[in-house]
Amino acid sequence: MDEKDREILRVLESDSRVGAEDLGTMLSLSPSEVQARIGTLEKAGVLRKYTAIIDWKKAGEDGVVALVELKVSPEREFGYDRIADRIARFPEVKSLRLVTGTYDFQVIVTGRTMQEIAEFVSGQIASLENIKETVTHIVMKTYKEHGCELQRSEGLERLPYSF
Amino acid sequence: MAVNYREAKGSNVSRTASEIPEEKVPRSYISQRAEGIPPSGIRKFFDLLLTMDDVISLGVGEPDFNTPWNIAVAGIDSIEKGITSYTSNKGLQELRDLVSSYLSQHYNTDYDPDDEIIITTGVSEGLDLAVRAVVDPGDEVLVADPCYVSYAPCVMLAGGIPVALPCPAEDEFRVTPDALLEKVTKKTKLLMINYPNNPSGGVMGRDDLKAISDIIVDHDLLLLSDEIYSELTYEGRHVSPASIETLREKTITLNGFSKAYSMTGWRVGYLCAPSEIAGAALKIHQYAMLSSPTMAQYAAIEALRGAEDAKDRMVAEFRMRRNLFVAGLNRIGLPCHLPKGAFYAFPSIEGTGLTDEEFAERLLIEQQVAVVPGRAFGSSGIGHVRCAYAASRMDLEEAIRRIGIFIDSI
Ligand SMILES: Cc1ncc(COP(=O)(O)O)c(C=O)c1O
Repeated sequence: MDEKDREILRVLESDSRVGAEDLGTMLSLSPSEVQARIGTLEKAGVLRKYTAIIDWKKAGEDGVVALVELKVSPEREFGYDRIADRIARFPEVKSLRLVTGTYDFQVIVTGRTMQEIAEFVSGQIASLENIKETVTHIVMKTYKEHGCELQRSEGLERLPYSF
Repeated sequence: MAVNYREAKGSNVSRTASEIPEEKVPRSYISQRAEGIPPSGIRKFFDLLLTMDDVISLGVGEPDFNTPWNIAVAGIDSIEKGITSYTSNKGLQELRDLVSSYLSQHYNTDYDPDDEIIITTGVSEGLDLAVRAVVDPGDEVLVADPCYVSYAPCVMLAGGIPVALPCPAEDEFRVTPDALLEKVTKKTKLLMINYPNNPSGGVMGRDDLKAISDIIVDHDLLLLSDEIYSELTYEGRHVSPASIETLREKTITLNGFSKAYSMTGWRVGYLCAPSEIAGAALKIHQYAMLSSPTMAQYAAIEALRGAEDAKDRMVAEFRMRRNLFVAGLNRIGLPCHLPKGAFYAFPSIEGTGLTDEEFAERLLIEQQVAVVPGRAFGSSGIGHVRCAYAASRMDLEEAIRRIGIFIDSI
């Protein structure tokens, strides 16, 4: 893992579609070296997934996103990890984090309707062992996702010619 | 000290009707100096572009990033706190202190924030101040060519005579001792340079500067060094002429926030010079400008205090785009040297058989890509076009595709 690897990762994080050829040109590496480095990063589990950021509202999908706070009692032997693993395996769970503060887990859950979310949280999550309390916040509007400001068009107004 | 106004020469005696000339020749209200400034060579492109859709503009001279938000917030804060009055003519003390230590840390120069630094309304004002502070009517000013479009007009407005100093592609757009010696006369007062260079992306390293320093000293010239692109140096480190001992007392250094911090619209920069010259420039500045915009000065303080990461990210992005874009140009058959600084590629288009002007005009009409003909920057730019790679990678790749189609169609 060196600076070139990190540069590759930074580019891919901002645009995962950049190919090895272009990456090589941008970073002064040969395409085959880029390919090799990417392969190593993938195998090592550093590069996890190539994905897209989608404004589902604009796509006409009226799905619901909820932020769920969980208070749990850690297990004597496993701490938080085994409970986390159980929660993480649900496809409805988009992200899961252990945080400091007044609750333990922050979970992002998606569903088609509010009802679906309510059923999922009460039926699947709240009923797990060791869950002491859940608080569900329904997302009203997403302003920024993965560093991408959804409510603002990118770019700025510039004169077409300036010296 | 009282100012002496010259007495107006007109007579107070009222004239009789018969003395009033019957046919009045319409009087020109425009000064000869203003009249003497040639119109912008790019106007027709501008008008043409406004009639078109889907243009990719590589004609811009500014970054395509928003001002880093913490910098913008510092400006907003100053407004919200009601800090909206003039600053001292020289600019905020804190900003001058920061500029002084920034320059010494990055470029190894030594400027006293009290009497050698003036905060200006961009490098644009700095250029005008510097030239007016040192140029008398009839003085010759050598302008390293190709260069930013304001240099010659600035000299002319001060009554000086701009003389082009050719810095052609063969010399990697640098000032060479031979070229300099050829153009220096007894009347030469000042040499204006800009490295990293707009439009060519050329840079001058320490050895290049040392090679001309003796000539500057021997002929008792002053050096005006516009270093607005200093942070955008991709090979090696930027060298400030003022860090070279023999040049320190001969140099006026201009720099600013527009390019490195994406702050073109804020209008803030600085002039650094030995105190005698800075003092003269300050006299002009205090009457012509009073002070640089106060909110912009607060934003600039934040730029120097807390925007190193944001700046580094922008520079890294420019470097990658440069590599991508220049490789693309060479691939489609437009030979282009790898520019070492700024955010411009300056390919030669001579192989196409078109002039730079024809090339730019036809490329705009036929493929909707805007570039600037090299001659707009002086005669050493003839046969080249300036392409700013301050555009998204997607736009740059599309621009390369279109330029490729255009070249194949010629
Ligand atoms: C070489 C050069 N000097 C000065 C300027 C003007 O800079 P500022 O925005 O600081 O007035 C520019 C802007 O394009 C430039 O390219």
